[in-house]
Amino acid sequence: MIPDRIRQEVSAWLDANWRVDRPLIEWREILLEGGWAAPHWPEEWYGRGFTLDQTAVVAEVFRERDAVPAAQVGPRGLASETILACGSDDQKRRFLRPILTGEHTWCQLFSEPGSGSDLAGLSTRAEMKNGKWTINGQKVWNTSAHHADFGLLVARTDWDVPKHQGISYFLLDMRQAGVEARPLRQMNGHQSFNEVFMTNAVVPPEDLIGGEGNGWHVAKTTLSFERRGFSRRVRGSSIDGPKQGPIYEEYEEELRIAAEPYTWYPQREGRVDLVLPRARETGAINDPATRQEIAKLICLYTGARLASDGAEARRKAGTTEIIPAGSIGKLAASVIARQASHVHTMISGADAALSGPDSAADGIIAEVLVSVPAISIAGGTDEIQRNIISERVLGMPKGYRADQGPFRDIKRNA
Amino acid sequence: MQTEFSKEQNLLRDVVSRALRDKSPATAVRELMATDRGYDPAVWQELCGDAGLAGVHVPEVHGGAGGGAVELGIVAEEMGRTLFCGPWFASAVMAGTALLEAANESDREELLPGVADGSTIATLVLDDLDDPAGVGGSITAAANGTLTGAASMAVDAHVADLLLVVASGTGGLGLHAVEGGASGLAIEPLQVVDPTRKLSRVAFTGVPGRHIGEVTGDILNRIWDRICSALAHEMMGGAQHLFETTVSYTKERFQFGRPIGSFQALKHRCADLLLEIEIARALTHHSARCLDSGEGEPCAASMAKAAAADAYMSAARAGIQLRGGIGFTWENDTHLWFKRSKGSEVLFGTPAIHRERMMTMLEGAA
Ligand SMILES: Cc1cc2nc3c(=O)[nH]c(=O)nc-3n(C[C@H](O)[C@H](O)[C@H](O)COP(=O)(O)OP(=O)(O)OC[C@H]3O[C@@H](n4cnc5c(N)ncnc54)[C@H](O)[C@@H]3O)c2cc1C
Repeated sequence: MIPDRIRQEVSAWLDANWRVDRPLIEWREILLEGGWAAPHWPEEWYGRGFTLDQTAVVAEVFRERDAVPAAQVGPRGLASETILACGSDDQKRRFLRPILTGEHTWCQLFSEPGSGSDLAGLSTRAEMKNGKWTINGQKVWNTSAHHADFGLLVARTDWDVPKHQGISYFLLDMRQAGVEARPLRQMNGHQSFNEVFMTNAVVPPEDLIGGEGNGWHVAKTTLSFERRGFSRRVRGSSIDGPKQGPIYEEYEEELRIAAEPYTWYPQREGRVDLVLPRARETGAINDPATRQEIAKLICLYTGARLASDGAEARRKAGTTEIIPAGSIGKLAASVIARQASHVHTMISGADAALSGPDSAADGIIAEVLVSVPAISIAGGTDEIQRNIISERVLGMPKGYRADQGPFRDIKRNA
Repeated sequence: MQTEFSKEQNLLRDVVSRALRDKSPATAVRELMATDRGYDPAVWQELCGDAGLAGVHVPEVHGGAGGGAVELGIVAEEMGRTLFCGPWFASAVMAGTALLEAANESDREELLPGVADGSTIATLVLDDLDDPAGVGGSITAAANGTLTGAASMAVDAHVADLLLVVASGTGGLGLHAVEGGASGLAIEPLQVVDPTRKLSRVAFTGVPGRHIGEVTGDILNRIWDRICSALAHEMMGGAQHLFETTVSYTKERFQFGRPIGSFQALKHRCADLLLEIEIARALTHHSARCLDSGEGEPCAASMAKAAAADAYMSAARAGIQLRGGIGFTWENDTHLWFKRSKGSEVLFGTPAIHRERMMTMLEGAA
């Protein structure tokens, strides 16, 4: 469908259904029934089979109309996309709806103290006992785990096969006695991520996703969605300015809690948008050395955007080439964020030593400087993206491996 | 604005790529770069006379194929990939663009068909190859049309039948047509880093010329942008060739009992290079689409030239380094592309000059 037709349809539907005096959940139920909650999903699951571009048109109309969209902040998106791609019909029926309505929030329980980049080296244990999966182990760096209802959990179910084959993927109820999340403080002062302890936590058999021993495949699905998120611009999920009506109050409350761990995420991307305004305001725009670095940043930023649009178009046209757009886009996002941080430092000069309300842009620039290091770690480090690009796109040979054979026999952290 | 190549454009690329692989193998490049003339007239006739590669961007009424910067870029990219030796860049890109942008209608009618079908080899003589702002100080045109002064460097002037010279006259800068053998014209070949593109010093002592059009600042910048966009394409073709051959070399060469491509230091260098090339190529293709549509960033050509030059040099450095000792030999072909990369990096503005030009367009002068 062409953008104008989509616009017309969404607008007409909003005219008929959007009201600011409905309770938030009730509105989202209507949104789901109408098929406008996740237009890029298939028709049998609340969607319309739209492309991402068509979906963006829908989101644009919602923004223009100040209409509250389906819940989309944080790892919810990873959960819903993973369940949609790998879940059973029963799982889709039970989990997708409350994700879109905002009733359930999720977290990602992948990394462990002993295995981060080497995710497949994880050692959280899942055993079948009395008809239920019993989970014991520790996860770490889990964003939003302190207020999540459910977790995307990978755990080891077989220790006698090579490491990738012994992993299973579970949908874990976080609201149970055997699960404890403790917030951790980050170098930028925020507390977005946690350590999560699981002591005889249980998962009913119907909440194993993708089949026993097939967890690595499901995890890769989640990771590819996560990496793609880095290269896409974070769309404003909040509605600008104060809006009158009960539904907005509920929505702001949802954002305040669910979106709180992500307030600094735009800063970790480098705030490229603030570079020219700051350079003009400080006069740094007249410094030849700073101009060179700003120009490099603009080239990187513009070129990366064009390259990712091009890859998207080729994928749609059904190309046979391998485009791990996630890995290339994520590496590009790191390079851009680092250059932006460098440029912000040049622009501020000695003022870059300050932070908080007295510092530039109400502390935003200082937060950029101490948040950018996260982007090259979270979601798979730059080094891991380079491994993926060189091996999968360029076909360069894998190096020496010390982690083959039964997982039980592999050297691990004490 | 177009964001992808059309079927016809992909077809053009295939045809050009096949022709150049056939007519411009590395052995031919080596042979031609060692000659003074620097090109093979028979191949020139086939590629330009028969296949029309010098006229892809020339309107059909003037004997061309009626394409634009995108088509010109496609040909340039394939020429750069094979290091084609010949006056195509000077004649089709530089002189052709100058005629299209600056010449009066009657002069276009007279001069473009020869350039488009390759029967005329032309070049554009500018007395500054760093920055358009510097053009016009060293060559002057008298009221009777004679030219005096010198350009310290001109591309392929030694084989040109027609020299288009930007010179300052009483009414500002103008484009002047000078015949290759004109009296008072001295063309002195220069020693160059990149022997696949010949440069000479061109001196004018009362040389008879004909004023064929005004060259305002805007026109000069348009010519410069089109040349830079085409040059960026040529560079991306070369960068891609170096990148592909270098990555395959790392899969074949064994040290310490394993292919060197399995060493992570080399893998990561190649992954970073892929990203740099992807970004530069996207900017390069975008620059041509901006020129053809008149939309997009006014600084698109400068972004492309800066990014392509940096990416080509990165590929060239890696191309030598990842081959080790063999990469530093005359015998191995890698240095041919390394030298083309260096030569192209500095012609029509270094990356630093283009970044400053970009910033001036975006934010005004410092
Ligand atoms: C802000 C933030 C939010 C996060 N949120 C979550 C979350 O919600 N859920 C979750 O599960 N995890 C989360 N993570 C964890 C993140 O995925 C891991 O930190 C990351 O994968 C790296 O693992 P690690 O910390 O164990 O480091 P390690 O794997 O120990 O890496 C240490 C260093 O070694 C390098 N290295 C490791 N292996 C290789 C190799 N093969 N080749 C070359 N170099 C290598 C790494 O690149 C790195 O530089 C988050 C992290 C951050 C910073």
